[in-house]
Amino acid sequence: MTTITLTKRAAQFAVIALAAASVTACASRPKPDTTTPAPTAPPPATQPSTPPAPVSQGPLPGTQQDFVINVGDRVYFDFDSYAVRYDAAPVLEAQAAWLNRYPSVMVRLEGNADERGTREYNLALGARRANAVRDFLVSRGVSSSRITTVSYGKERPIDPGTSEAAYQRNRNTHTAITSGAR
Amino acid sequence: MRLRTLFVALTAALLSVGALTTPARAQIEVDVNRGDIQPLPVAVPGFRGERGAEIAQVITSNLERSGLFRPIDPAAFIEQDLDIRYQPRFADWKTINAQGLVNGEVTVDATGRLTVNFRLWDVFAEQQLLGMQFTSTSENWRRVAHKISDAVYERLTGEKGYFDTRVVFVAESGGRIDRIKRLAIMDQDGANPSYLTDGSYIVMTPRFSSTSQEITYMALRPDGSSIYLFNLETGRRESLGSFNGMVFAPRFSHDGGKVAFSVERGGNTDVHVMDLRSRSSSRLTSDPSIDTSPSFSPDGAQITFNSDRGGSPQLYVMNADGSGARRISFGSGRYMTPVWSPTGEYIAFTKQAGGQFHIGVMRPDGSDERLLTTSYLDEGPTWAPNGRVLMFSRETPGGAARLWTVDVTGRVVRPAPYPQSGSDPAWSPLLN
Repeated sequence: MTTITLTKRAAQFAVIALAAASVTACASRPKPDTTTPAPTAPPPATQPSTPPAPVSQGPLPGTQQDFVINVGDRVYFDFDSYAVRYDAAPVLEAQAAWLNRYPSVMVRLEGNADERGTREYNLALGARRANAVRDFLVSRGVSSSRITTVSYGKERPIDPGTSEAAYQRNRNTHTAITSGAR
Repeated sequence: MRLRTLFVALTAALLSVGALTTPARAQIEVDVNRGDIQPLPVAVPGFRGERGAEIAQVITSNLERSGLFRPIDPAAFIEQDLDIRYQPRFADWKTINAQGLVNGEVTVDATGRLTVNFRLWDVFAEQQLLGMQFTSTSENWRRVAHKISDAVYERLTGEKGYFDTRVVFVAESGGRIDRIKRLAIMDQDGANPSYLTDGSYIVMTPRFSSTSQEITYMALRPDGSSIYLFNLETGRRESLGSFNGMVFAPRFSHDGGKVAFSVERGGNTDVHVMDLRSRSSSRLTSDPSIDTSPSFSPDGAQITFNSDRGGSPQLYVMNADGSGARRISFGSGRYMTPVWSPTGEYIAFTKQAGGQFHIGVMRPDGSDERLLTTSYLDEGPTWAPNGRVLMFSRETPGGAARLWTVDVTGRVVRPAPYPQSGSDPAWSPLLN
């Protein structure tokens, strides 16, 4: 359970409570007497109320959400390439640091390719991408026994589009936590 | 599954008819090698008897789809209700320019046994080219129609037909990011589709044995991949084992005794081969590149495969023991999934160039490259057993994959008669 969900749920409760309160108020209010002045709304507060103390939101450390949101679970590749890109390296450094902090976590590295290739070649290409990430993580001290790899080839795109931007998103390695997260 | 009925033996016998003699040589013939061919006008009036109209319709559709024949609209027919015991009124068929005429008669006996007699006529020579009888169970009438189609095709082209065959493929449903893939099978004309897997895991790249009703395919689950043998007659399915890495791209040798496939370990993909009798396997390539999509030559002596050892995916041929690998594709673009033709004369492939995909063919030495199709995404060619037609899958941008066919000259490109989404087709050998 994350604090995000808790907060959202709390807000929903508040709204429901307000609605219920106003319904109750309407139902129980006596029929207005023509001789009595209608009740007036309470006067506006002359002073702004003190704002509530800030609530910090975010996933609990060590959870899957923490990994996805604060570290990043996907790195991207160039066309027909499995070289770890300049923009992927910091993400993988952070993944390695996080995995070293939570040593019971096991991961599956899922290599993916865009649709601009044949099914079989792209399975091999996705495997290269998964293994490139594996090699990076192992080089940063993550035990290889905690890592499995699989290639989905072009079978599991995350973007259904057919633009270069969509192809780019679909050329990736996804680090999926399989067990051990809080 | 309708396997039980599918394998009921069909019997064929030459009809001997005293008054009519079969000439030694046909006057009409179709040259399948010419790319600029004019389809031969043929007439296939409804056969007499039960299912006769439907049988004629199946034959008509088969001949039309081949692109080699142009069936004449039955509304133009002058002679009606032909009796198979007599010569047709040739003048009536000459008038509508029917060069070939197929007529027939269906009888079903008390036990449900179906007998179809048919004749093929050369209208302008006024000669019978073929007279045959097929017998089967009555629910098997479509297969009888395919057998007749094959007989007509063979008599007029001089080559074996491919109509009494099936296609195993991957039926696709769902959206592009949560696609469901099920192994499926249908007759080559799209009839009798049925599913072979339930869609709970990804299946891909089914391939038919060229000698038996057996397929090999790959299953992909989050914990890894497997390749299977699946006997369609017995329903027996078995894994080819564990390979300490991802295993994919299985394909039978033409004699059915071996399966070549790829194994990926640590990011490196190599071609392996397994002897199905001994179940021993060996690695054939050891290059630190992607080596995949192996396909045997019909004589089993060589294997063509896909490798990026030269920097981009290209086609190679090596000896079946892995020695002597040489590159055969030298055009501009990326060449993938080579598939040796059943006759040995061509290697079909998928080519990616200039933002488009093509199905093409070349000679096994790399010469005579011809691109047969062009689209946003064409891939995965499979040969009809006579080596004259290829089926492949085509996707439009953002659309669902569909099955298409193209003849080896590239003249006849059309959707396969399967109205739903499918990919990775594999053509069966001729049924027995």
